[in-house]
Amino acid sequence: MNIKSRRYSKKRIRVLLAKAGLDGHDRGIKIIAMALRDAGMEVIYLGLRQTPEEIVNAALEEDVDVIGISLLSGAHNQIFPKLLKLMKASGLKDRLLIGGGIIPKQDIERLKKKGVAEVFTPGTNTEEIIRFIKKAVNR
Amino acid sequence: MGKNSNKEKIGAEKKRWTDELLRSNLKLLPERLPAFTTVSNLLIDDLIYTPADIPDFIYIRDLGFSGEYPFTRGIYPSMYRGRIWTMREFAGYGTADETNKRFKYLLKKGQTGLSVAFDLPTLMGYDSDHPRSTGEVGRCGVAIDSLADMERLFKDIPLDKITTSMTINAPASVIFAMYIALAEKRGIQLSQLGGTIQNDILKEYIAQKEWIYPPRPSVRLITDTISYCIKNIPKWHPISISGYHIREAGATAVQELAFTLSDGLTYVDACIKAGMRIDEFAGRLSFFFNSHNDFFEEIAKFRAARRIWAREIKERYRPKDFHSMQMRFHTQTAGCSLTAQQPYNNIVRTAIQALAAVLGGTQSLHTNSMDETLSLPTERAVTIALRTQQIIAHESGVTNTVDPLGGSYFIEYLTNKIEEEVYKYFKKIDEIGGMVEAIQQGFPQREIARSAQWYQHAIEKKEKIVVGLNEFVEEVEPIETLKIGPEIEERQIKAVKGIRKKRNKKRWEASLERLKGAAEGKDNLMPYIIDAVKAYATVGEICDTLKEVFGEYKEPALF
Repeated sequence: MNIKSRRYSKKRIRVLLAKAGLDGHDRGIKIIAMALRDAGMEVIYLGLRQTPEEIVNAALEEDVDVIGISLLSGAHNQIFPKLLKLMKASGLKDRLLIGGGIIPKQDIERLKKKGVAEVFTPGTNTEEIIRFIKKAVNR
Repeated sequence: MGKNSNKEKIGAEKKRWTDELLRSNLKLLPERLPAFTTVSNLLIDDLIYTPADIPDFIYIRDLGFSGEYPFTRGIYPSMYRGRIWTMREFAGYGTADETNKRFKYLLKKGQTGLSVAFDLPTLMGYDSDHPRSTGEVGRCGVAIDSLADMERLFKDIPLDKITTSMTINAPASVIFAMYIALAEKRGIQLSQLGGTIQNDILKEYIAQKEWIYPPRPSVRLITDTISYCIKNIPKWHPISISGYHIREAGATAVQELAFTLSDGLTYVDACIKAGMRIDEFAGRLSFFFNSHNDFFEEIAKFRAARRIWAREIKERYRPKDFHSMQMRFHTQTAGCSLTAQQPYNNIVRTAIQALAAVLGGTQSLHTNSMDETLSLPTERAVTIALRTQQIIAHESGVTNTVDPLGGSYFIEYLTNKIEEEVYKYFKKIDEIGGMVEAIQQGFPQREIARSAQWYQHAIEKKEKIVVGLNEFVEEVEPIETLKIGPEIEERQIKAVKGIRKKRNKKRWEASLERLKGAAEGKDNLMPYIIDAVKAYATVGEICDTLKEVFGEYKEPALF
């Protein structure tokens, strides 16, 4: 995904993080938030139980480069497609959507085909996520 | 005099041994690591422990005998020689029908108690057809909307013969009311019912985050259930004060204990404020802990937990009944210690953790299945988990004697050390103005997040080795996992819509109106909730009614 042309290209990478779905497991996303911030990115964390609508609205308002969604509840097959649809409708198609959580391999393949850039599962090194984001937004 | 000179002699001998043997040995073979720490980053600062490391140890005062104050060695005199702990596998998925089948499967395999896992909509007080429930119905547990689901959940299961633990918090009173209503419907005396509801909201704000109402009305619901139980269902444990989720969120063993015991003391204060006497309810409180990988740290933690609780209850509330000072607890092995990589390794981790829980004197135990980092467990995986407990109980020999590690210099040192560190947190929480205030200021949440971050760094820098994750890495064949199809949600939504059409509308409406009125006043809410569930009001409708009076909790999103 190349979003080099965006006007903020020389500034810090802006990342919106949110927990979607109903589960309250926020250990992972808080660690990601701290790691991305320590890597020099601007991190906006929306908190728990954000609906796709709330997430896309916040992404528009904050003009972020990356949307990172964590969920461990098993509702990923409903939530990610809905997010992608809303992103497209709101002109955010060029932003990077990544996910994390307990998501089965075959579902990951399906989500990636639909437009989720990557899904990181338990045990991922935070460095790997940082590298992935930097490469994808080309900064 | 004799004791002191013995300690001095040991000290002098240790110095000689260090000078003559250890130092030269370390020159030849230096220690592998710059520092040896537990999984909780507790420094193990010496390589051998002796009586000199527990200088103030007084056997009768610090340990005593099992079944007696301070209960360090266990809460029952004969422990597992009399009765093995209750083997309770946390189970629930799909609708009541799938879960009822799983319960019967587990009982057939030799499980001795039931433990219900509810799905996220139920835990959050949403009905299955609520827009926020989309994609979540029956996924992480069983979907329960109304008494009709509860009837199917316990079909052919004798409620007067088996104890049931239910992991439910914000809507605990509603689910509990359904259990009571079901027992009454079957003609079972309430005095025959035994089991536990988790019903611990403080740890929700701290760690698990499944809340509905703000702290004050939430605590009222808890004191209402406790008060109802001691009058009507004396064998029930109306609360399970939980450290498990605190630990899973990243806390250390010390933090798990400090925050859980502080929550417990907060509930005791609330019950007393609500007019109950200590000996009426303290003997019905129960606890729930995590058992992580660090074997000795966990055993010491369980022993310290019993001793601190007994002492605090004794000194703060002066009970007359010794049951009030006994800490009884359930243990679950640490889900957060399991890896999605090489899932078979999880069987071994779970076995070590389960053994620590047993050596720590647990009253009941859930062993995680190897596939739980991937999905809810398959029958095959949960059977291995249950068999792990049975092997410990019947083959390992650890049940032959009470607290077999009691008196180990290292275990006693570590028990003291954990106790000491817990009291440091008690002091900090006191300075903040109590646990509710500390939670509102985000104190335990920040402490836990900091520990979680430390652990992640330790793994990424390989300061801590996790087999199959950051060392000994290899690709292995994926294992079979449990699939829950979308038809479950459709079926459940159809069922709840059917109930709404079928029930007596007048009776239903009146029951919710009475509940609302009672919530605005001071009455115990349990009878009103029981009345509403009998009129087939749903979990969502009852929680919404209470929300109108109590409001909703909002957490600031901090990291």
